[in-house]
Amino acid sequence: MTQDGNDMTAAKREWPLWEVFIRGQHGMSHRHVGSLHAADAAMAMKNARDVYTRRYEGVSIWVVPSVQITASNPSDKGPMFDPADDKTYRHPTFFDIPDDVGAM
Amino acid sequence: MYAQMIKSEASQDDPEKLAAFQARIDRGEKIEPKDWMPEGYRKTLIRQIGQHAHSEIVGQLPEGNWVTRAPTLERKAILLAKVQDEAGHGLYLYCAAETLGISRDEMTEMLLDGRMKYSSIFNYPTLTWADMGAVGWLVDGAAIMNQVPLQRTSYGPYARAMVRICKEESFHQRQGFDVMMKMCQGSEAQKRMAQDALNRFWFPSLMMFGPSDKDSKHSAQSMKWRIKMNTNDELRQKFVDQTVPQAEYLGLTVPDPDLTWNEETGHYDFTEPDWAEFMEVLAGNGPCNRDRMEARNRAWDEGAWVREGLMAHATKQRAVSVAAE
Repeated sequence: MTQDGNDMTAAKREWPLWEVFIRGQHGMSHRHVGSLHAADAAMAMKNARDVYTRRYEGVSIWVVPSVQITASNPSDKGPMFDPADDKTYRHPTFFDIPDDVGAM
Repeated sequence: MYAQMIKSEASQDDPEKLAAFQARIDRGEKIEPKDWMPEGYRKTLIRQIGQHAHSEIVGQLPEGNWVTRAPTLERKAILLAKVQDEAGHGLYLYCAAETLGISRDEMTEMLLDGRMKYSSIFNYPTLTWADMGAVGWLVDGAAIMNQVPLQRTSYGPYARAMVRICKEESFHQRQGFDVMMKMCQGSEAQKRMAQDALNRFWFPSLMMFGPSDKDSKHSAQSMKWRIKMNTNDELRQKFVDQTVPQAEYLGLTVPDPDLTWNEETGHYDFTEPDWAEFMEVLAGNGPCNRDRMEARNRAWDEGAWVREGLMAHATKQRAVSVAAE
């Protein structure tokens, strides 16, 4: 792609995809809500406001170019997440504390 | 129902993989974009979600027709908000379809050259203000019938888009009913307008659910894949059962002389819409098909310089900021 953009193919002319994250009013983390197309970050922000917060769904927006996101591969699900299966001791309920001890 | 007569694709995939995939769906698992899926599942979904998205976008046209002529400023603001929601629904759905490996521009081009369809209902004209009431009440009401169960569809991005849409759709139906109530409480002339709107939109609304089950050859595979949750006739019956008492409340007459309550089945018996008319509208010969396609083509062509200009500007800005680093 040259700087004047004249030799851009039809596919490249399409506005790139952005992922939208919104933080609701109650102090939760930003949460992925969907995606949209925009030519640049400023437009992505404006479109995110129009498309995803028409009913006061949030008080803060992040937009991230979709190509910048690295996702785990579904076929790696086993090696990635199975190790947690046999480590139930990571959960507090693994340990029986006698009632006499009181709240813990 | 914004998607009609979606042709489902047979799959040529490895039977073992197909069985494992079907088992995931039967267990109620969600299929996500990067998961393996049969080619037929992917293609059918693109067609269905794409058609649904196009319907939201084209569906703005009959209502946009009345924005400048709404009877009060409040009605105008409400109608604008509704039309804006439809644009939003289209965008959610295009993004869901894009996760299946097709671009929004490709889908748009397929709509514009007739390879993809939108719902038959938007090929009917909105002649009076009462039509804004009828569209919200009946058309959005029919859409909700289908969209609520689709929140549980097997494809994750589609299900999530549907959750967002359903939250907003209820406002659409209620504002439509509210318009109808106002008209029905008004002058004789206003009541006649409301009745006339119901007369014209009743059967086209019933057509939204697609052909009768006995003629619906693509349903079985789609239902197995959980991308169609109910049969066309089930949803149509549900819609009639729900809507008839609402019409009675308004004091309007459903334009079907054979409509009767069936004590035995616990449902209304009703006349099926004219399927020949339905096929004609799908074939492009409805009252407004040409107008709608012209409007979409014009918007696309006349917007080209804006899309390209903004992209060129963004590319240039990026180059400038890279050079400055």
